[in-house]
Amino acid sequence: MFTPRSIQSSFSLSEKIFSIDYILFFSIFLIGVISCFAQYSSSGGELDYYSKSHIVRFFIFFLLFIVISFIQVRFWYQSSYVIYFLFFILLLGVKYFGLVSSGSQRWINLYIINLQPSELMKIGVILFLSKYYHRVSASDVNRLKFLLLPIGTLLFPFFLVVTQPDLGTSILILAGGIVVTWLAGVRLKFFTYLGILLVSLLPIVISFLKPYQKARILTFLNPDRDPLGAGYQIIQSKIAIGSGGLFGKGFLNGSQSYLDFLPEKHTDFIFTLFSEEFGFIGSIIILFLYFLITYRIVSVGHATRSIFGKLYCYSFATAFFIYVSVNMCMVLGLLPIVGAPLPIMSYGGSSMLSIMFGLGVVMSCKIYKDTPVN
Amino acid sequence: MLSFHSSNNENKTKTVTRRMFLLTLAKSVVLLGIFGRLAALQINESQKYKTLSDKNRFREWRTAPPRGIIRDYFDKEIATNRKVYQLHITPENTAGIDNLFLRLKNILNLSDERIFFLKRKIAKQKPWEPIIVSDNLTWSEFSRINLFLHELQGVEPVVSIARQYPDKSTSHLIGYVSQVSPRDLQTKDYIRKMNVAGIAVGKNGLESQLDKEIIGKVGFQRYEVNAYGKRVKQHFIDKGSSGKSFKTTIDLEVQNHASSLMNKVSGSICVMDIYKGDIIAMVSSPTYDPNLFVHGINSKEWNYLLNHRDNPLVNKSISGLYPPGSTLKTLVALSALENDIVSTKKYVECKGFIELFGEKFHCWKKKGHGFMNMRTAIKRSCDVYFYEIVKKLGVDRLSKTTKKFGLGAKVLDGFPEERGGTVPSTKWKLSNLGKNWYLGETLHSGIGQGYYLTTPLQLCLMTAQIANGGYKIKPKVILGDDDLDIKQYLNNENKESKIKDMFNYNLQPLFRNQENINFIKEAMFASTNEPGGTSYRSRLKDKKNIFAGKTGSSQIKIFTEEQRKAEIKQKDIDYLSRDHALYIAFAPYHDPKYAISVIIEHGGSGSKAAAPIAKEVIKKVLERDKIRNSRHNSLGKEI
Repeated sequence: MFTPRSIQSSFSLSEKIFSIDYILFFSIFLIGVISCFAQYSSSGGELDYYSKSHIVRFFIFFLLFIVISFIQVRFWYQSSYVIYFLFFILLLGVKYFGLVSSGSQRWINLYIINLQPSELMKIGVILFLSKYYHRVSASDVNRLKFLLLPIGTLLFPFFLVVTQPDLGTSILILAGGIVVTWLAGVRLKFFTYLGILLVSLLPIVISFLKPYQKARILTFLNPDRDPLGAGYQIIQSKIAIGSGGLFGKGFLNGSQSYLDFLPEKHTDFIFTLFSEEFGFIGSIIILFLYFLITYRIVSVGHATRSIFGKLYCYSFATAFFIYVSVNMCMVLGLLPIVGAPLPIMSYGGSSMLSIMFGLGVVMSCKIYKDTPVN
Repeated sequence: MLSFHSSNNENKTKTVTRRMFLLTLAKSVVLLGIFGRLAALQINESQKYKTLSDKNRFREWRTAPPRGIIRDYFDKEIATNRKVYQLHITPENTAGIDNLFLRLKNILNLSDERIFFLKRKIAKQKPWEPIIVSDNLTWSEFSRINLFLHELQGVEPVVSIARQYPDKSTSHLIGYVSQVSPRDLQTKDYIRKMNVAGIAVGKNGLESQLDKEIIGKVGFQRYEVNAYGKRVKQHFIDKGSSGKSFKTTIDLEVQNHASSLMNKVSGSICVMDIYKGDIIAMVSSPTYDPNLFVHGINSKEWNYLLNHRDNPLVNKSISGLYPPGSTLKTLVALSALENDIVSTKKYVECKGFIELFGEKFHCWKKKGHGFMNMRTAIKRSCDVYFYEIVKKLGVDRLSKTTKKFGLGAKVLDGFPEERGGTVPSTKWKLSNLGKNWYLGETLHSGIGQGYYLTTPLQLCLMTAQIANGGYKIKPKVILGDDDLDIKQYLNNENKESKIKDMFNYNLQPLFRNQENINFIKEAMFASTNEPGGTSYRSRLKDKKNIFAGKTGSSQIKIFTEEQRKAEIKQKDIDYLSRDHALYIAFAPYHDPKYAISVIIEHGGSGSKAAAPIAKEVIKKVLERDKIRNSRHNSLGKEI
């Protein structure tokens, strides 16, 4: 019996493969491969613990991404709340059983893997709110009653992460959530109120900030304040990028990184390393790939019929773009150093897991673009 | 509770799409911003950041080159180098200077004063300029530093080279090196250009004179370093080159022997080759340890040297001024003969004094010498005889002769500490003191007193020029290429080649009639080798070693008539008022080769204090004569 594709809810494997967004697929793969080389270079041109585990992780999570893509989008819609609560419980778990590392409590030991639930929460919040606003009718969106739940789902994880303390991730969680609510049609005035609320909460937030975080913000305002201390990272990062010039110093030839002038070169400053070795041309290629990924996610959202799919894809695309641009602005000295990884490129399992999971759901939206979610 | 109505999907989609469009606009702005920033950093300012990156990457070190070696005539090292262990800090590279000093204090036993001094120095200089915390670590300190090196950021253990002077006897001639002072930087251009931490600069003596050549060429190293200042790779290295080494005319063995003879007394000994002007020994006593200055002398030792009664820091051989006393009688006699004032045969009666315009001029021998001719007057050093002849000679003719023989002017080149002394004349007195000359002063000049002031080296040169038959020589310490031996020229029988060499040797006779010179030499022989001669007791009897000399004692204070009557002895008066004892000589008498001058400050009479020391030195010099000659011949063959 023939069923029109529009209402079909399960496809054969070949149909699934056929309807994948190949530009998105290969852009992700390409970034992933580039990231493996970048990590290899970051390890001083050898396959050490960092570069090896990054490569292994990328291929595992890329498989996961394919698997998630092939699962019906309806499943992701239905389990959105569950996923959010699962992540929330993990986040609470960090608060009580978390591992302390370099002054902050961000990780939880799950026996197989040390997980950073705050990274997962970035996606959890978007999933939750997409489903929520899928269900709220257009007329109710701006009613205060319907605003309380989104505010709650945002602020609880936000405060949990801020007090870890992890300013960067908490801001990114908040940003993702705000994007969903904005797209869902919540009026500007509520965001203004939220802004006022946050500003009035600022003194409290500042009291939670560790001295090093305060120093970072002051340093961002004036990097030469303490060139060997807090300003060191920004200055060295700018030197690395700038000295790369048009064509870069060549693969494995980034002197700033292999002589250890570059801090956190595996994680937050991986773009700096790449930029030093491949110059302006290389940086533009990376920038273009990220732009392409964002653009394809948006077009998946455009093609998806369901409000959930649209909200999720648009929000995820925007969040993804924010992650990328916050990281780049940070290493380029346009934003304070807050600790935000570059999606896919940066070393870090949880960040990679969360991004690949999010991308998987996007791809699922693409494959099941015409299938109603409820 | 919240209720979810099925909603108008189209409315919602419209809102979402419209708002997404706004977000996309915002994204484009951000994207453009990142693009612009990348372009600015990597294209516009790329050169600036490349420079900064290289500044990160490379550290440059300048290394002090080893100084040239100063050797004696027989290639023994007088000033040499040895390995030292040093500790340098580059303040810029440290994690915190206070903590670092705290750590170093435990490892090295640094004193608080030293740390205070270093901190003040660091505050004054640029943060990337290295500072030397300690320039002479023991091996155990050095290895301890290396053990803890990984936790001492910015610290650099350095194996360097420092000056060493094996012998104390040469300290005045060689001088010493020490750390660069602000004045050195001001006055010495080459030091400023070298710009290297811890380089030692010659402060006086030969070390100062030869500094520019002996200091060497600065080495330069460029290393790639990592963020912790650890050297990763050597990129460029220029080892520099050690300074030029110099060979001197000094015979260290004679020098040391002479110095040991002067152990207990203050004064000077100079020994010179009478034909070449080579200074074989130049001793000033008391001496000091030049090694003290290499790593910075402490104030206690410095004050000791500075306030010592006998001025150990002064090179008495060239900076000490003494009245020549009776040693000048040789030139007074010569001058009288050359100017045909007297015949050698003329007799003068010495009654112990002469009277001039009511003033008494005494002979050192109270009872007088009786009848004296020139030979006996020199032999027995009769003052009255010389009063009589200098009265006729006059001070101006005397000054001409003494100047010709090298008095009154600096002898060596390149020793700023050398002094010229005084040869008085009527003109000199008028222009320097603004007064007319008195005849009485002429009499004083005739026995080497009064205004006459000479350095020991000048007296040695004078003796040498008498001994070589009256030819001008140029004394030198550094062995050069133009090593002309006028003896060869004088002994050359071949008239043709002699004429050819004339220009080369530029022989300058200081006499009108060489017979006069020979007469003086003979009189000096008598003074030493005939009974009644003033230095008869210090003669050497071995025929080969026979030498000829002249004693002298120069008065510091003029005796009053009362003291003269009371027959006060030198040893009874206070040390600083006693006469200086002088002795000049040349040896061997029958074939003169070496001249010597000895001065013992406040030693009393020349015959008792100076002549015996001169005898010992002459013995040593003649002992070394053969080996020196063979050395000279082999040097000649090398060329």
